[in-house]
Amino acid sequence: MSETTHSSSPQGQPGTPAWTKVERARHPKRPYPMDFIERLFTDFSEIHGDRAFADDEAVACGMARFHGHEVLVIGNRKGGTTKERVRRNFGMPNPEGYRKALRAMKIAEKFNRPIITFIDLPGAFPGLGAEERGQAEAIARNLIEMAKLHVPTIAIISGEGGSGGALALALADRVLILENALYFVITPEACAAIMWRDAAHKERAAEAMRITAQEVKELGCVDDIVPEPSVGAHEDRDAAFESLDSCLLYHVEQLLAMPEQERLVQRRNKFRNIAQFYTEV
Amino acid sequence: MSWFKRPSANLAAVPTDNGDFDPDQDFAAESTFAPVSDDGEPSRVRTEGLWIKCPGCRTILFKAELEAKQMVCPKCNHHFKIGANKRIELLLDPGYEIVDGNLRSNDPLNFQDVKSYKSRLMKAQAETGLNDALVTALGNIGPHEVVLSAMEFTFIGGSMGAVVGELIARAIDRSLSTRRPLIIVTTSGGARMMEGVVSLMQLAKIATGLAELDEARIPYICILTDPTMGGITASFAMLGDLNIAEPGAHIGFAGPRVIEQTIRQKLPEGFQRSEFLLEHGFLDAVVNRQELKAYLIRALDFLKTPA
Repeated sequence: MSETTHSSSPQGQPGTPAWTKVERARHPKRPYPMDFIERLFTDFSEIHGDRAFADDEAVACGMARFHGHEVLVIGNRKGGTTKERVRRNFGMPNPEGYRKALRAMKIAEKFNRPIITFIDLPGAFPGLGAEERGQAEAIARNLIEMAKLHVPTIAIISGEGGSGGALALALADRVLILENALYFVITPEACAAIMWRDAAHKERAAEAMRITAQEVKELGCVDDIVPEPSVGAHEDRDAAFESLDSCLLYHVEQLLAMPEQERLVQRRNKFRNIAQFYTEV
Repeated sequence: MSWFKRPSANLAAVPTDNGDFDPDQDFAAESTFAPVSDDGEPSRVRTEGLWIKCPGCRTILFKAELEAKQMVCPKCNHHFKIGANKRIELLLDPGYEIVDGNLRSNDPLNFQDVKSYKSRLMKAQAETGLNDALVTALGNIGPHEVVLSAMEFTFIGGSMGAVVGELIARAIDRSLSTRRPLIIVTTSGGARMMEGVVSLMQLAKIATGLAELDEARIPYICILTDPTMGGITASFAMLGDLNIAEPGAHIGFAGPRVIEQTIRQKLPEGFQRSEFLLEHGFLDAVVNRQELKAYLIRALDFLKTPA
């Protein structure tokens, strides 16, 4: 069995402290998943509802075209205005959101269409109803079903990749992360509240958890980093759209060119061997 | 939280997937008296280990009698937490073999909060005699040869990092190569925060393995025990062909405190307990500890892998 070691320190790189990245990832002017979807895809036509309980307005699924390819695109919605943010539950899906996404993915699989997901959420919604309706089961189900999908899958973490709520849309052939995006098991605030007993230590927690795109790439937890303009996606949205467009096209075409069996074996091996950090004693 | 125990004043924090952690919160009567000893049994206060007070009904129980009842209160059916080795002993016939015990975390983030992760690991290893929070055994349950993995709550809250993830992946590999059914007994606060996104990836790793197991039509049964939270529930604990739980176990995704803060109201009685999950359709059965083995034999008769 492989033994993986690595030697770098827990601190962020000099000049780019982790907290600057957190602020960029959460910048109010940063493009949200729906902004990317509107700019990169054409003919988006939404698919609503989980056929069991409701239509979760924090998750959007739809048929779309990407450079001539018919694809399924999924993204969580955050909303711009306060009113809309409330309606979208601040981007945090309920179980029915994950179930809707899975239902749409099954349609895409049936008709052999690649699946592209956009993720920018702090986590799955921790509410009473969410527990009653099986938030954990919904996430777990998406994980095992995404592992089985026969069609190419690409996940893009465009802002915050928050824990199981993000992973439930990100068990994919390719996991891309934007240069100023984050991937974490718990928000820095919650980590600080638990480990330091004080949320004020959030900056320290952000550093210690190694949550920036560069760090999670080093840890082998994502496949590729999508460059952003040096001022950040929030300052130059057009450049960010262009950069992701070309990166995404590269991966879509690469996956489509690959024989299905090879692609599935590659996905399985990637996740079987992901993040192996242990020693044998 | 009932599953949070404080072995000493400067205890290592127990991570959960969702940031639910409050050392000062008394969730159940259990926490009013009991630190947990190494084998997961509540310690006794000045009784020299002969007597245990049941956190369910506050009856004082004779310890030997309790042990004879598999650590289940004869008065109120409260299921005490038990350790991984004890669990394996209760479920498997004698003559089983413990495997894969030789993996240790190498602290991928070099993580340090108020204490270093390395020191937390060393302490947990010294206290439990295990290298991490899961033990796998190969053996028989009646007529069925199985792969059984049991989590150890007293090892950093049973939290899952790269070692637990790999151990479960290896247990799945063993099931795949021998076609033996897989049984996992969960007890965990969630993902191990000190391994950051590395711990999150273990959910994906295990789900990928379980997908293979499912496609190969090899049975997988998950037994959820107190507590099963966060990323554990949101991955393999909910993915069994059968998901069964012991009575009264705390099972959920987000911790109660996080939910209360979100909805700004008190949670109803019995929220996130086994019976609550059964009522809402997320468990196949709630089974008493003394009946678990018979249940498994019966279930495995039904789930017999097609030749």
